[in-house]
Parts: sequence; structure tokens; C-alpha cells
Amino acid sequence: MPTMIETSSLRFAYPADEGGQPVFALRGVDLKIEKGSFVVVLGHNGSGKSTLAKTFNAVLLPAGGKVYVEGMDTLDESLLLAIRQRVGMVFQNPDNQIVANVVEEDVAFAPENLGVPSEEIRQRVDNALKAVDMYEFVTHAPHLLSGGQKQRIAIAGVIAMEPDCIVLDEATAMLDPIGRQEVLSTIHRLNREKGITVILITHHMNEAEDADRVIVMDDGKVAMDGTPKEVFTQVDHLRAMGLTAPDTVDLLDRLRKDGLDVPLDALTVEECADAITRAVAGN
Amino acid sequence: MEPILQIKNLTHTYGVGTPFQRSAVEDMTFDVYQGEFLGIIGHTGSGKSTLIQHLNGLLKPTSGQVLLSGKDIWAEPKKIRDVRFRVGLVFQYPEYQLFEETVYKDIAFGPINMGKTGEELDRCIRESARLVGIRDDQLEKSPFELSGGQKRRVALAGVLAMEPEVLILDEPTAGLDPAGRENLMANIRDFHRNRHTTVILVSHSMDEIAQNVDRILVLKSAHVLMSGTPAEVFARADELMTAGLDVPQVTRIAMALKARGLDINPAVYTVDALEQELLALRKGGAAC
Repeated sequence: MPTMIETSSLRFAYPADEGGQPVFALRGVDLKIEKGSFVVVLGHNGSGKSTLAKTFNAVLLPAGGKVYVEGMDTLDESLLLAIRQRVGMVFQNPDNQIVANVVEEDVAFAPENLGVPSEEIRQRVDNALKAVDMYEFVTHAPHLLSGGQKQRIAIAGVIAMEPDCIVLDEATAMLDPIGRQEVLSTIHRLNREKGITVILITHHMNEAEDADRVIVMDDGKVAMDGTPKEVFTQVDHLRAMGLTAPDTVDLLDRLRKDGLDVPLDALTVEECADAITRAVAGN
Repeated sequence: MEPILQIKNLTHTYGVGTPFQRSAVEDMTFDVYQGEFLGIIGHTGSGKSTLIQHLNGLLKPTSGQVLLSGKDIWAEPKKIRDVRFRVGLVFQYPEYQLFEETVYKDIAFGPINMGKTGEELDRCIRESARLVGIRDDQLEKSPFELSGGQKRRVALAGVLAMEPEVLILDEPTAGLDPAGRENLMANIRDFHRNRHTTVILVSHSMDEIAQNVDRILVLKSAHVLMSGTPAEVFARADELMTAGLDVPQVTRIAMALKARGLDINPAVYTVDALEQELLALRKGGAAC
């Protein structure tokens, strides 16, 4: 698989307050993210996960080491526009990233800035809104939409740039369960059907269940990296970093300590129920 | 138990006489008891925010009443300020409302407006700061130098410093990480336990509600859909899911186990309880 984003010995520090020490947010991160993959980045507040995300489209530039987007060095200023066209970002607060008074104008903002011919903009906007299932709202005012709908408009705005990769920086944190589900199923579909690489930064463990890969950040470094099953079965390691395993794994972990013969890696509710049923029937 | 708040046939209609006329709260009736920890859950648009803004008089009912200790809060509209001191409301993302030069001054704003002075003022500021885990040396800092989680604690302390009889929290943990969420909820649980203050927690997270409250009020499209203990409410998990609400993951596992023929109480909602159910089941099975 070709590489979408590669970081090598990536370091970053936020400038110091008056008289204070600079805050090191990234302390040497080496990652290769494959094109077309669905990657979830977890970590507690201050672990460096959002800083990492912001280096992926050159919102933040490395203080040491490198970030390559499809081979392009983010430190090379002449490549900035090309990099930001390939990697789109969606942020936490839907109200901070909507710029226009009409949904279709908002989605058209990026392609307009890229100088896309107007007939093609029309087409891209329509396609992007259809892709996030918001086409019926094309002439609506964004401020009357729900949080989940606004985030889907923000995603459409990114898709209209036709990027290869979308980075969502806690884009579901302010949404209710329904809004969160809307956004998640939208990005999973874009990943599946259009082959867009998705990098989802989140606190919510259950959003990682269906990912190809889970990366856990701690203290500015990659602490864990693997499939959801590989990562979530390390219950004690997760707990030590201030994260919790999903309730399914927590329950299985306790039952194993109680002497029940159940696997630890039944992540979903259905898998977990199957495993427990088998173990109890076996007794 | 005495009700501290009584909500009687409360209706609130926005945009009366416009094409956008819509009732966000419709004919709601329920009591909130002295000293209880009540959870309110319902998805966006169910009327949660509109409802809680009536409980301290930020919104006036279109019809119906809110009684505080038996007295209609709008009986004397000029005294509505007193109601706001007695019923403290912490909004969503309260950290955006900080404005003072120091943490100490920011927390002091509410109690000063109540007329507190001198040692009494100093005591309630320091006490409420301690309650939410703000250290003494942080009191002289600018609130804007603090992290997001700490700012939120300062904002919470500002309401606690008014020593309200009822504390209402609208999504207090939204946007925090799991450790931050647990920390903040532990502070709130301690506050509730030590002061016997009535606490109303509004949340989207069923897990958070399940782990903290004595009683749950479920709202759906401007009405009260259910009211009961967590066990009573989660026993109706099917209805909750139809209403577009989440149920705790543990309840979903219990339901899936029941569907597979295991004799499990589907109303369990903590990992602990489900573990005990399963262990009892294994013992029972072995004895047969």
C-alpha cells in the first residue's frame, strides 16, 4: 500500500509562557499511515494527539524531524497549498468552521479558493453534499441545522476539495449520540466507497471498534499501535495511561480473573455476548 | 422526602405567532426532591436546555408553574434574582464565561453579587475552589492561563461559591477525556454527599448518568417519557433505543445475553453487577 502520511522523529513544542518552559507536545513520533486506511488516534488531554493531527496538513510545522504528505515535505513552503488540498481537516466545534450563510456557499468555499471553474464547483458541491447525505439542505441556512448536520456540512466542505485524506480532530466531541453516529457512518462510507484515508482523533473508545488501526498517544509519543483488538485487550496498559478499555473487554477481563474461559478480544457487544454464552454453556 | 422543586404543567413555546412556533417543553409535571441526585437525559431537541432554564427563572413559562420550596418563583418577579442564587446553573462549556483577572476574582463574582463580604466571602471562595480541585497557588493566576479542564473547574467553583440549594449542571463533562470526566464527576459526587445539595445532571451520556444519579428523568420531544431509578429505566432499554437514546454498553451486553437464552436481568448497567449476575449463574448452573 502506498503511504499517505509519514512522520520521522517528529517533534513539536509550544512556545513558553513568560518565564516558563516550552511545552513539548511531540517528542519523537515515527508513523507511516497507509493510503485508504481508517486510523483512530486516542489519548488523554495533553497526550499530543491534536498537535499530531495539526502537523498532518501543515497547520503546525515540525520543530524537529519531518512530516511527509504523499512524499511532500510540509516544511517546504512552496508545497503548502498542494498539501492542504490533499489533507482536509474537520475540527471540534461545528460553529467555528462554517463561513457562509447558505449551505451550498459554505461547501463551495474551498473549491472557489482553489480557482476551480464555476460549472465544476456546482458539480463538486452537489456531489459532496450527496456524499454526506445532506443534499436536501443545499439552500438551507447552516445555523438552523443540528450539530451532527453542521459537522457533515464541514466534512462536505473538505470533500469538495477532493482530498485524499480527512483528519477529524475530536470532530464528534460536541455531538449527541445521534449526531456522532451520523458523522461516523458518513466517514466510514467515504473511506469504504471513495478510498479516502481517514484519521480520527477522539476520546471515545467505541469509535475505534471498526477502525483498521488504533494509535494511542501518551506524553508526546506513540504508546500503542495496532488493530483495535490488539490495543484494547491491554487493559492494564490503557488504564495506566488514563484511558479505559471498552466495557466489553473490562467485563471479559474480570470474568477471566474469576476463572471463566472467555477470550479477551471480543470487542463488540455481539461478540462479547457470544463468547460469554459459549463459556457459560461449557460449564 | 420533601420536593424542593415542583414543576407543574410547564409549557414553553418559542416564536409564538411566527411560522417557527414550536413548543420545546409541553405540559411537563414532575418533582425534584430535597437532596437527591437527579439525571436528565434526552437527545438534542428533546427540551432539556429549555426545561432547566426555567428552574432558575432564566426563562418564564408560557404556561404552568415552577415552585421552589412550595412557592411559585414568578410570584414576585422582582425577587427572581434570589431564585438564581438559590438554584445555581452551570451552562455547557462554562469556561467561555470566565472574564476576571484572577481565578480568585472570577469565583468571587457570584457571592459578591449576593452581598457576601469579608471572611465569609473568602471562606466560600476557597472552599469551593478546593471542592473542584483548584490549588491555593492557582487562585492568583489568570484563568486564561489554565488548561481547558481547569478553566471548567473554575467556572464550576464560581457557581458552588454561591452555595446554592439546587445545583444544575448542563453537560459538565462534554469534551473532557475519560480521566478528566471521572475526576470532575468525583468532585460533584463529593459535593453532593458532603453538602446534601440537590444536584440535577443533564447529560447525553447514559453511562455517566447510570453511574452517578439516584433517579433518571428521560425526555422525548418536549415530554417526560420515563422517570425512575436507573434499574427501572434501563429495564425499558428497548423503549429508550426507540427514542433514539443510547443505553449503557453493559445493558446492551445483558440484553444480548438474554436474547441468547441466558437468565440475566437485562436491567443491570454496571460491569460489576453484570459480573455478579454471571458468577451467580455459573454457580447455579454447576449445582444443577
